[in-house]
Amino acid sequence: MKLNSQIPGGPLAQKWTNYKDHIKLVNPANKRKYDVIIVGTGLAGGSAAATLAELGYNVKSFCIQDSPRRAHSVAAQGGINAAKNYQNDGDSVFRLFYDTIKGGDFRAREANVHRLAEVSANIIDQCAAQGVPFAREYGGTLTNRSFGGAQVSRTFYARGQTGQQLLLGCYSAMCRQIGAGTIKMYPRTEMLDLVIVNGQAKGIVTRNLVTGKIESHSADAVVLATGGYGNAYYLSTYGRGSNATAIWRAHKKGASFANPCFTQIHPTCIPVSGDYQSKLTLMSESLRNDGRVWVPKKKGDKRAPGEIPEDERDYYLERKYPAYGNLAPRDISSRAAKQVCDEGRGVGESGLGVYLDFGDAINRLGRKVVEERYGNLFDMYHEITHENAYEQPMRIFPAIHYTMGGLWVDYNLMSNLPGLFVIGEANFSDHGANRLGASALMQGLADGYFVLPYTIANYLATQKPGSRPKADTAEFKAAEKDVADRLNKLLGIRGKKTITEFHKQLGKILWEHCGMARNKAGLEQALKLIPTLRDEFWNNVNVPGEGGDLNQSLERAGRVADYLELGELIVTDALARDESCGCHLREEHQTPEGECQRNDAEYAYAAAWEFTGVGAKPNLHKEPLVYESVQLAERSYK
Amino acid sequence: MNITLRVWRQKSRHETGHFEEYEAHDLNPNMSFLEMLDVVNEQLTKAGKQPIAFDHDCREGICGMCSCVINGEPHGPENKVATCQTYLRSFKDGDTITVEPFRAAGFPLVKDLVVDRSAFDRIMQAGGFISVNTGNAPDANAIPVGKEIADQAMDAAQCIGCGACVAACKNASAMLFVAAKVSHLNLLPQGQPEKSKRALAMVNQMDEEGFGACTVTGSCEAVCPKGISLSFISKLNRDYLGAMLFR
Ligand SMILES: Cc1cc2nc3c(=O)[nH]c(=O)nc-3n(C[C@H](O)[C@H](O)[C@H](O)COP(=O)(O)OP(=O)(O)OC[C@H]3O[C@@H](n4cnc5c(N)ncnc54)[C@H](O)[C@@H]3O)c2cc1C
Ligand code: FES
Repeated sequence: MKLNSQIPGGPLAQKWTNYKDHIKLVNPANKRKYDVIIVGTGLAGGSAAATLAELGYNVKSFCIQDSPRRAHSVAAQGGINAAKNYQNDGDSVFRLFYDTIKGGDFRAREANVHRLAEVSANIIDQCAAQGVPFAREYGGTLTNRSFGGAQVSRTFYARGQTGQQLLLGCYSAMCRQIGAGTIKMYPRTEMLDLVIVNGQAKGIVTRNLVTGKIESHSADAVVLATGGYGNAYYLSTYGRGSNATAIWRAHKKGASFANPCFTQIHPTCIPVSGDYQSKLTLMSESLRNDGRVWVPKKKGDKRAPGEIPEDERDYYLERKYPAYGNLAPRDISSRAAKQVCDEGRGVGESGLGVYLDFGDAINRLGRKVVEERYGNLFDMYHEITHENAYEQPMRIFPAIHYTMGGLWVDYNLMSNLPGLFVIGEANFSDHGANRLGASALMQGLADGYFVLPYTIANYLATQKPGSRPKADTAEFKAAEKDVADRLNKLLGIRGKKTITEFHKQLGKILWEHCGMARNKAGLEQALKLIPTLRDEFWNNVNVPGEGGDLNQSLERAGRVADYLELGELIVTDALARDESCGCHLREEHQTPEGECQRNDAEYAYAAAWEFTGVGAKPNLHKEPLVYESVQLAERSYK
Repeated sequence: MNITLRVWRQKSRHETGHFEEYEAHDLNPNMSFLEMLDVVNEQLTKAGKQPIAFDHDCREGICGMCSCVINGEPHGPENKVATCQTYLRSFKDGDTITVEPFRAAGFPLVKDLVVDRSAFDRIMQAGGFISVNTGNAPDANAIPVGKEIADQAMDAAQCIGCGACVAACKNASAMLFVAAKVSHLNLLPQGQPEKSKRALAMVNQMDEEGFGACTVTGSCEAVCPKGISLSFISKLNRDYLGAMLFR
C-alpha cells in the first residue's frame, strides 16, 4: 500500500485556490443521481449533510442519539477560532495557520492546515447568517476572547455553549433539507460495518438500536464523521455515547489509522472524586483568560487556599511560560500540572489537583463581569463539587479530552480506501500532536461546509451515475452476517464480569501507561496486559438481554470490544514513536526542564497503521511531513 | 447513604408496565443520579436481571438526552438542572425515590425510561431554520445585532430540547419548546424574512403531533433545566396572531 497525500502543487497560500480551479465537478443535473452516506451528525457530519443536500445530492444521515441535535459537539463550551482579525490585533490567515502548526508541534500536514485557516472566516459568516447567537458588543458587532497557544483574540463564542449553538445551526440547516426530502435521517442507528465493493467503499451495515434490525445501505460514497475515540480511556470529558466503532470497523476493512497515540489531555477538568464516577467534566479553557493557576510552594501544604499567602503560592504557568502565562497550550499545561502534583504539591483530598483562582479577576473586574463571562461554568462547578468558585479557587486536573489521531486521509479528506471520506475529529488531519483550543469546532465545520463539498465531487465525477451497487449483493450479505455473528457471540458469552468492569480496567491501563507521560517499559507492559484483558473479555463478559430490541448493554459491549483492539494500537504507536512531541511525552526524550524533545530527522512523519488481524502486528506506513513554508523550530512558549 | 428506588419497567410500548423496587447501598452523596442508576444496573446485571434502559449522553446538562421524572417532577427536585445534573445530596439517606419516563401522548414510550421525542425534530423540520445555503452568507459583521437582542435570542436558543416542559404540563403541551425555537430566530434580524411563515408552520406541526393546548400555567418554566422564560410564549402568540392576520 502506498499513501499519496494528493497535496496540490504551487505555493502554500495558493494551493486551495488552484485546487478548486482544477478539480472535477459534477453537473447540477447529475448531482441528484448520487447517494452519499454520512455517518454522524456532529459539526462535521451535520454541516456536510446540509451542504451536500443543498447542492443537490441525496444524503442518508445516521446517528446513534435519538436526534441529530444531540451529537457530542453539543457539549463544546468555549468557542471557535477564525482569522477574522475583527479585533485589529494582528491576526491573519498565516498567523492562525502558524499557531496551529506550532501548536501541533510540527506534526500536521502543512497544506491541510493552511486551507483550514483560509476557510475559517467563512464559517463565522455562515453561522451568523443561520442565526447562531454569537456574543456581541453593544454596537452589534461580534466579540472575541482568547484561547491557549495564541497571542491574539480570535475566538468567537456563544456564552459557554458555543458547541450547542453551532450544532443547532447545522441541525437547523439539516432540518430544512430533511423537510425538503433531500436528507433521509436515521436516528438511533449505529453503523457496525463498512462495505467494500470492487475495492471502493460503497455502503454500510447498521443496527436499528430500537428494534435491533440489521440493515444494509448502499451509496456512491461513504463519509464518516463519527467523532473521537477518547472514551477508550473510560474516564474522559466525552459524552458517554462517543465511540470508535465506525472508524475501527473501517480500519479493519482496510482504512489506515494515523497517529492513534496522539490523545489530548485537557488541563482544566474537575478532578476525579470517586470510583463510581462515570465521566469527567471539562471547565472550559476560556476560564484561563481570567483564572490564574497555582499550587502551594511547600510540599504537602494542607492549609485552605485562602490561608496561603501570596508569596507562598507558585503560579507555575506564569513562572515557566511568561509570554503565554496561563494561556500556555494544553499539552504543556497538563504536563506542568502533573509535575507539580508528582512533586507532592497537588491540592484537594487526593493531591491530584491544582487551583484555578479567580480572586484577582473578581477584584479587578468585579463579580458581575466574571459572572457574565463564566456564570454557567461556575454553576456547573458548583453542581458537581458543591463548592463556590467565586469564594474559593476551583480545583482542576487534566483529563482525556480529544483525539488528534484518527483515520488517515489525503488532501481530499479521502482515506486510502477510495470512496471513504473521513471528516471532523474522526480523521487525523489538522492538529498534529496537539490541538489548540477552539480549533476542533473550526475544523469540523471547515470540513463539512467548505472542504468536503468540493473534494467529494472530485471523486464522484469518476463514478458513473447509477453505477452504485444494490444493497443486496454478496458483499453486503457477508458484512451483515459478520455483524450478526459478532452480536450473537457477545450475547452468548454470559460470563461473570460486567462490561463496565472491563472498560474501567482498560482505561486504567491506558491512563497509566499511555497518558500524560509514556516510557518504553510501561508501554511494553501495556502491550502484554491489553491482549490478556481482551481474551478474558471474550470469555467472561456478561452481556444481558437480547439482540431484538433496545439493549444498551449490547451497544456498550460492542464498543468496549473495539476499544480492546484499538487500545493495543494506541500503545503500539506510542512505543514506535521514540521521540517526544506535543501530547506524546516519552520520558526518555525530554529537555532538562521536562519539555518535549522532538526528533525531526527520524520522526517527522504521520504514522499510518494498516490492520493485519486482531492481535497481529500492524504494518506501519509513513507519510513524510514536508514543510515548504515553515521552519521546524523548537516549540517555545516562554 | 442507602436509597430505595421504585423504577418504571416496561419492555415496549405494546406491553404493560409496572414499578419494580431496588435497593441501592453505600452510595456517595456526591454521586450523580445517573451514576446511581449505573450502580443499580451493575447490580441487576450481576444478578442475571435486565438493566434499566435510560437515555443519557453528555451527563453535563447540554445534550438534552436524559429524561426522567423523579418523584413526580421532570428532572427531579432541583431547579434549572437536568436529570444528569441531579446529585444524591439532594436526597436523604433512607429515601424512597420513584423514577418514571416522561409521559405524554406526543412522546410514545420506547422502553423503561426511554421515550420517542422525534416529534420535536418534525416541528423543527417544518420551519425551525433560516433558509441560507452554505456559501451565501455576507460578512458576519455586515448584519449588526444589538447586544440586548443577541442576549435575548441566546436566552431562547439555550433550549436543550429535552421535553421536560411537555412532561410537566397537564395538557402535555409543547408551547414552551416551540416558543423558544421560534423566538430565537424571530428575534434576530436574520430571521425576519421568514418570521410569519415560521411561526405558522411550527405551531401547525406541533398541533399535528398531538401535543395539547397551552393554558399558561407555568409548570413548564418551573421544570425547564435552562430556565426558558414563559415570556417567549407571549412572543410566539404575538408572532402567530400577526401571521394569521396577514396571511
Ligand atoms: C466537553 C467538551 C468541550 C469542548 N469544547 C470545545 C471548544 O470549546 N472548542 C472546540 O473547538 N472544540 C471543543 N471540543 C472538541 C469538539 O467539541 C469536538 O472535537 C467536535 O465537536 C467533534 O465533532 P465531530 O462532528 O467530529 O463529532 P461528534 O460531534 O462527536 O459527532 C459524532 C457523531 O457520530 C455519531 N456516531 C458515532 N458513532 C456512530 C456509529 N457507529 N454509527 C452511527 N453514528 C455514529 C454520533 O451519533 C454523532 O452524531 C470540546 C469537547 C468536549 C468533550
Ligand atoms: S445527559 Fe445530556 S443533558 Fe443530561
